[in-house]
Amino acid sequence: MTALDASSRRNRATRLAERDAKKPFRGFWDRHRFLILRRLVQTGVFALFLSGPLIGVKIAEGTIASSMTFGVLPLTDPLILLQSFAAGHRPEGLAILGGLIVAAFYGLVSGRAYCAWVCPIDPVTDLAHWTREKLGLKAKGFQPRPQTRLYVLVMILVVSFATGTIAWELVNPITHAFRAVVFGATSGLVFVAAVFLFDLFVARRGWCSHLCPVGAFYGLLGSRAYLRVSAAGRAGCDHCMDCYAVCPEPQVISPALEGAAKGLSPVILDRDCTTCGRCIDVCSTSVFRFTHRLDTSETPAPAATRSNSTGDTP
Amino acid sequence: MSPKTTPPEGLVSPERRKALETAARTVVGVGVAGVLVGAHQRSAEAMPAEAIRPPGAIGDERRFLSACVRCGLCVSACPWHTLKLADAGETVVAGTPYFVARKVPCEMCDDIPCVKACPTGALDHSLVDIGKAKMGTAVLVDEEHCLNFLGLRCDVCYRDCPVIDKAITLELESNPRTRKHAIFRPTVHSEFCTGCGKCEKSCVLEEAAIKVLPVRLARGAPGAHYRLGWEEYRKHQGPLVEGIEDLPDRAPGDVTPPSGVPDAPPIIDPTKKGGWKP
Repeated sequence: MTALDASSRRNRATRLAERDAKKPFRGFWDRHRFLILRRLVQTGVFALFLSGPLIGVKIAEGTIASSMTFGVLPLTDPLILLQSFAAGHRPEGLAILGGLIVAAFYGLVSGRAYCAWVCPIDPVTDLAHWTREKLGLKAKGFQPRPQTRLYVLVMILVVSFATGTIAWELVNPITHAFRAVVFGATSGLVFVAAVFLFDLFVARRGWCSHLCPVGAFYGLLGSRAYLRVSAAGRAGCDHCMDCYAVCPEPQVISPALEGAAKGLSPVILDRDCTTCGRCIDVCSTSVFRFTHRLDTSETPAPAATRSNSTGDTP
Repeated sequence: MSPKTTPPEGLVSPERRKALETAARTVVGVGVAGVLVGAHQRSAEAMPAEAIRPPGAIGDERRFLSACVRCGLCVSACPWHTLKLADAGETVVAGTPYFVARKVPCEMCDDIPCVKACPTGALDHSLVDIGKAKMGTAVLVDEEHCLNFLGLRCDVCYRDCPVIDKAITLELESNPRTRKHAIFRPTVHSEFCTGCGKCEKSCVLEEAAIKVLPVRLARGAPGAHYRLGWEEYRKHQGPLVEGIEDLPDRAPGDVTPPSGVPDAPPIIDPTKKGGWKP
């Protein structure tokens, strides 16, 4: 078995090398642009809060839990508000308005764009995943089902209700990270470190893709959101599996990428897709692109690639 | 469940069994995590007495924690850097605002920017007069070391009080040590004390003799049924219950009824009765 595996792997490697040689050259920017853009946005969010204390230009005050931008735009995390409701508090208008603005944005644009583009824990778990690969830690480790996060979401609302306090804020590494950076409350970083170590040694992509209730919440919020990734060029897919390897939620890809025969839309409609765009970055045959959920158009495969992929098995 | 997989009566199909097991495992795992979070939350609710919430903080600690989203907007708004955001591992719940009077007291800003900044109402927006704030109540906790109680004229807490002559007054009494001087006793009146903590901050002793405590620690409270006889007497222009005008005196030992002074306590002769003697 192992010998066969090895030989088939060699064959595949040879095929991929042949394939790549025929493809147009894609530079560093093409292969990393959404990753770079995401890191810029994530850093930019911190910069909005830090410009006041560091260079004296106040842009946003507070933290990601609740903030005030330019003294006029209130933004509040709707999940924290929901917990406050469960705990028995009726928040005042400003917080509710801020929560509605945030909910409307992610509900219309993309729920889990919060995870990929804003959340400060995303680079942490990405780093854990990268380190994992570098260390050659092949075992997936503890893999709870992706739905577990929904149970955790229910749990934090139940605990908020039972204890009468905003329960998840005791643990939430996102707000701990913000308070550490903006207010110097650095001890909270132990929760961030715990998530890093958990993802590195205990569970591959464990936190963001399986357990985090905030991601679960934003996923639900964006179930019908418009910004989507479409496998519009799926006809040109050569089954190299690069997108599956890079995707934090690989289960969302297959219905769109491989659903042509079943008549499924090329648009990735799964609410767990974080619209991080890494599949667009890594795909050497330009299968994926950003679009809106109603755009089911497809691009025909380039002739050369199609003939090349004939007989290729995934 | 499709009819095909319907198990024989009394049995559960392997698929269904597996699904149930997975669900049970998830529920139990998440449930245990939930209990841990809840227990941690409960243990975190005991605030240390030194930690004082910002003006307008609602209700008891539990209620405040249901409303405060730990965003830090009040902390940013505080021009005196009085308010701090609790760090994880502190005895104050992480991310919530508080101050320690002995370090930086509240300067009682007229426009109360911290309350204005609060988006959720954890700091009550109906508080518009900082003089009505009840962050805590000052208590002169150590009469044995308070310089004024020793007969000196320190007066610093009194002079520094933003509500001078209302929240803290100096009450005169004679100094039994010298028999010819006065003691100017700093006396807190809870009705006017906002709990800003300037008295505690300014106390010249190495450890403050006057401290701001949370109201629940600083103050006693009679039962709701409790009535003060003389006040009821005054209100009703007579006794509440007709026929019981005066109860018999039940003091231990010989009691000499006071004469002439209406509010003076009865004089008890300590030699007449047993009990613990130092």
